[in-house]
Amino acid sequence: MPKTTAGKLGCVGLIVVMLGMCVGGLFMGGILNQEVNLPEISLAAEKIHLPFDLPLLGHELPNTLPATWLTMLILIVVAALGTRKMEIVPGGLQNLVEMVVETFYNFIEGVAGDKVRMFFPLIATFFFFILISNWLGLLPGFGSVGVYQMHKGHEVLVPFFRSANADLNTTIALALISVVATQYFGLRVQGLKYLSKFFTFKGATLYERPINAFVGILELFSEFTKIISFGFRLFGNIFAGEVLLIVMAFLAAFIASLPFMGLELFVGLVQALIFAMLSLVFFLMATVSHDEH
Amino acid sequence: MPENVEAARQIAAALAIAVGAIGPALAIGMLASKAMEAIGRNPQASGNILTNMILALAFAEAIAIYALVVALAIKFVA
Repeated sequence: MPKTTAGKLGCVGLIVVMLGMCVGGLFMGGILNQEVNLPEISLAAEKIHLPFDLPLLGHELPNTLPATWLTMLILIVVAALGTRKMEIVPGGLQNLVEMVVETFYNFIEGVAGDKVRMFFPLIATFFFFILISNWLGLLPGFGSVGVYQMHKGHEVLVPFFRSANADLNTTIALALISVVATQYFGLRVQGLKYLSKFFTFKGATLYERPINAFVGILELFSEFTKIISFGFRLFGNIFAGEVLLIVMAFLAAFIASLPFMGLELFVGLVQALIFAMLSLVFFLMATVSHDEH
Repeated sequence: MPENVEAARQIAAALAIAVGAIGPALAIGMLASKAMEAIGRNPQASGNILTNMILALAFAEAIAIYALVVALAIKFVA
């Protein structure tokens, strides 16, 4: 409890306002059943019709692109501000950035061992980009602030911002980067011996050879399914979270959203961590040679 | 007949996620129980075990997410 009277009054006022919003939300959505229509939820990113022409996109801008740009802006600004005038004993923003990077670096070193220098930049980029874009999608305004435009005959609300990973294009792009980087690291560390993982005809006995060849082809297919798996895991989690938040907000306006906001914070963090960790594990597996016993 | 298609769509979306979540739920339960057992046997390795368990959890959960995406696609995409 705060010490001053003004502080105490402020606390009580805040609690009263929140309770009022809860009750108001119950009345609006639940008990009195006023006609508030569920907004149109679309699997694909909604396109904003622009009055001007953009170089590659033309007249339409998918609304996950501004969210991606915002994520990039935040990451670049924090990195730039945190690393100018670097001091040996850091303070302020440099301290925070160093703390975050060092914690993650130690974590990756625990998994990767001595190859951490090679993998850390890409893995940390995956983690922080996905984390910031997931958490940005929870801010008020994402998915709710937009324009009414005519799409396919009827008028829909096109939000200006949509969580960046709620678009299959973003997640498949990240997955492609991860899988191509796996092949790159494998070729870089092992040389052309890396290809013997896929195209092999070795075996101790004559019967083992076609089996090993078949397993090699399966490994090749599994590289492609990894792209699908990475992409859909991230997309499914984040898009389902968005749908969940919208539906909960339209059931009981303020109360029902709160626990699911907490869940979405957690899910955003866990999905970023899982993407980074799985990429790291696949990088590691690609750089360790597969010896036959 | 158009009305039946709409009804079938709703049922299909519900069934897709309902049945599709059974397998991953069982898988995650088995994973977690084995991990708990392993931690009980060797509390010192609990950090290592936890990391590997989270990793395996991600694979199992991905299947449930595929089912969820199919359900959402049936419901919201023509």
